[in-house]
Amino acid sequence: MNRDQINKFLSGVPVHVIVILTMIVWIVPTLGLLITSFRPSQAINNSGWWTAFSRPSAPSTPSAAVMPRFTLDNYIDALVGYRGRNTYRSDCQAGTQALDLKCNLSDLLNPRGMGRAFINSLLVTVPATILPILFAAFAGYAFAWLHFKGRFVMFAVLVGLQVVPLQMTLVPILRLYAKLGLNGTFLGVWLFHTGFGLPYAIYLMRNFLGSLPSDLFEAAYMDGASHWTVFRRLVIPLAMPAIASLGIFQFLWVWNDLLVALVFLGGTTPVMTYQISNMVTSLGAGWQLLTAAAFLSMLLPMIVFFSLQRYFVRGMLAGAVKG
Amino acid sequence: MAAQNIPKIMKQGRWIPWLYLLPALVVMSFFIVYPMINTIGLSFSNRDGTASAATTCIAGNPCWGIFENYRYALTAEFDFSSLGDFWKSLWKSSFGNNIKWIVLMTAGTVGVGLAFAVLADKVKYEALAKSILFMPMAISFVGAGIIWKFVYDFGTQRIQIGLLNAIITSLGGKPVPWLSAPNLNTLMLIIVGIWIWTGFCMTILSAALKSVPDEILEAARVDGATEWATFWKITVPIIMPTILVVVTTMVINVLKLFDIVYVMTGGNFGTNVIANRMYAEMYKNFNAGRGTAIAVILVLTIIPFIYFNIKRFLEQEAIR
Repeated sequence: MNRDQINKFLSGVPVHVIVILTMIVWIVPTLGLLITSFRPSQAINNSGWWTAFSRPSAPSTPSAAVMPRFTLDNYIDALVGYRGRNTYRSDCQAGTQALDLKCNLSDLLNPRGMGRAFINSLLVTVPATILPILFAAFAGYAFAWLHFKGRFVMFAVLVGLQVVPLQMTLVPILRLYAKLGLNGTFLGVWLFHTGFGLPYAIYLMRNFLGSLPSDLFEAAYMDGASHWTVFRRLVIPLAMPAIASLGIFQFLWVWNDLLVALVFLGGTTPVMTYQISNMVTSLGAGWQLLTAAAFLSMLLPMIVFFSLQRYFVRGMLAGAVKG
Repeated sequence: MAAQNIPKIMKQGRWIPWLYLLPALVVMSFFIVYPMINTIGLSFSNRDGTASAATTCIAGNPCWGIFENYRYALTAEFDFSSLGDFWKSLWKSSFGNNIKWIVLMTAGTVGVGLAFAVLADKVKYEALAKSILFMPMAISFVGAGIIWKFVYDFGTQRIQIGLLNAIITSLGGKPVPWLSAPNLNTLMLIIVGIWIWTGFCMTILSAALKSVPDEILEAARVDGATEWATFWKITVPIIMPTILVVVTTMVINVLKLFDIVYVMTGGNFGTNVIANRMYAEMYKNFNAGRGTAIAVILVLTIIPFIYFNIKRFLEQEAIR
């Protein structure tokens, strides 16, 4: 074969094989989690999840014969925070449920369940996304289009601040919060996430706003508009793509965070990540609960991610690639 | 760039800019600047910040005075009885582990990310392929920890429910307790990190690859260069700035990494890393002095990369 044919072959089949193989390797672990979350615990512990779709040759025990292959019980147990040895539904039917469960719809809000944790995660994430965007829009506008002393130096410092690790600030903030009574409060977490999200957010907003044509602003000012009017009528609408990117970025970051929730909120108002890490470390909960709980926590981020992928990627690329 | 030539008509007052900056500046000073200074101060004190670190010295043991917390942070994990013992203890320590993480995870994510970006570019289902690789970034590290803990599951009965051990036993091997096997377990954790972050590197590198002008590549091919040569001698040098940015970003991320180790092993079995050690000293041993000293050491290791980031920013500004 001559060089051209070799080149063509090499860009053909082997490429497809490698790409598809990599895709399979990448998605299989998550698939395993998903399938397992729908299996009853006896099935999980006695057979690999990859056998879930094939018929077993012969049931080993009579109970195995009547055991369903797939079930929603794990999700129900995870949502209500069930910690017993059977399932929530069987316990409620037998009347042997735990003291904190009432066997009615109010159990969905049980503090130990993922349902309540979902609400807590929302309560933490939404304000912690809106606040930084708001502050960053103001500051980004100032850095991009307003005159003030030390503008350049401050922005350079801001760039450096982006990489400061959380750990560097946890201790003093914790003590400060203790004095101010903000420990264990949502406000404390909102402010912390805002503080930490701001350097990157301002960087993004400033770059985006700075790339808008200056004639736009000149025209507005010549018409006698004040900074505030320009900000409100011109900047915010034009900055929507950047705001969208930032919003998704910050949303995913805060939703998936563990450390901040662990340190500042703790177990009083657990978020989803905290609830799961608790299940792993202290209780050693069975795989049926862990997989369902993990998938519940992944549901919203995945929906957000897949539907708004374009904006997420755009936010990431801003400032990383030249041109 | 337009931002530098702010029209004169926009100079509408000395105080207005500060009004716009104020909320952000206040919050950042409170939550980043003040704590950083405070943390450094605490690292020179005892466990609850009431006295100097020198007071925690134990008679008869080496003591670094006010740097006592740093002495602990830097040497407590090592065995100094002999060179061989020191070498072994180095690789079991959090510092040794972080070195493994930095080298392997950065190489893995950037290498696989770049390779996949190149290959995916050649197939029609590129968007789907990139989505799948990128998806792990949407889930939390905790979720990823659980997914992979399940893959690594080690059972003592005949049936293996962990995917990896099932593959090994079906090929005739013996199952391995991945998360507690010395040396191997850190590698297994790093694989999780690579699984999560490769999508990030791939996305940025793919954008960079697509920005390489087609004419240059065409010219090379017309001159008879192979794909391999074109890639290494033309493409890579052109996207080198982006590669460097990705590498530094990954190193910084690796150094701050906490969740994966926390959820999968809790830092036990010799998998401890700096970020987890800091957490343990602060919230399990309640020793503020030592915890903050470890945090400061963490930041010191990141500083070269901060410097690089700022330098790159200044270079970009010059072009604007």
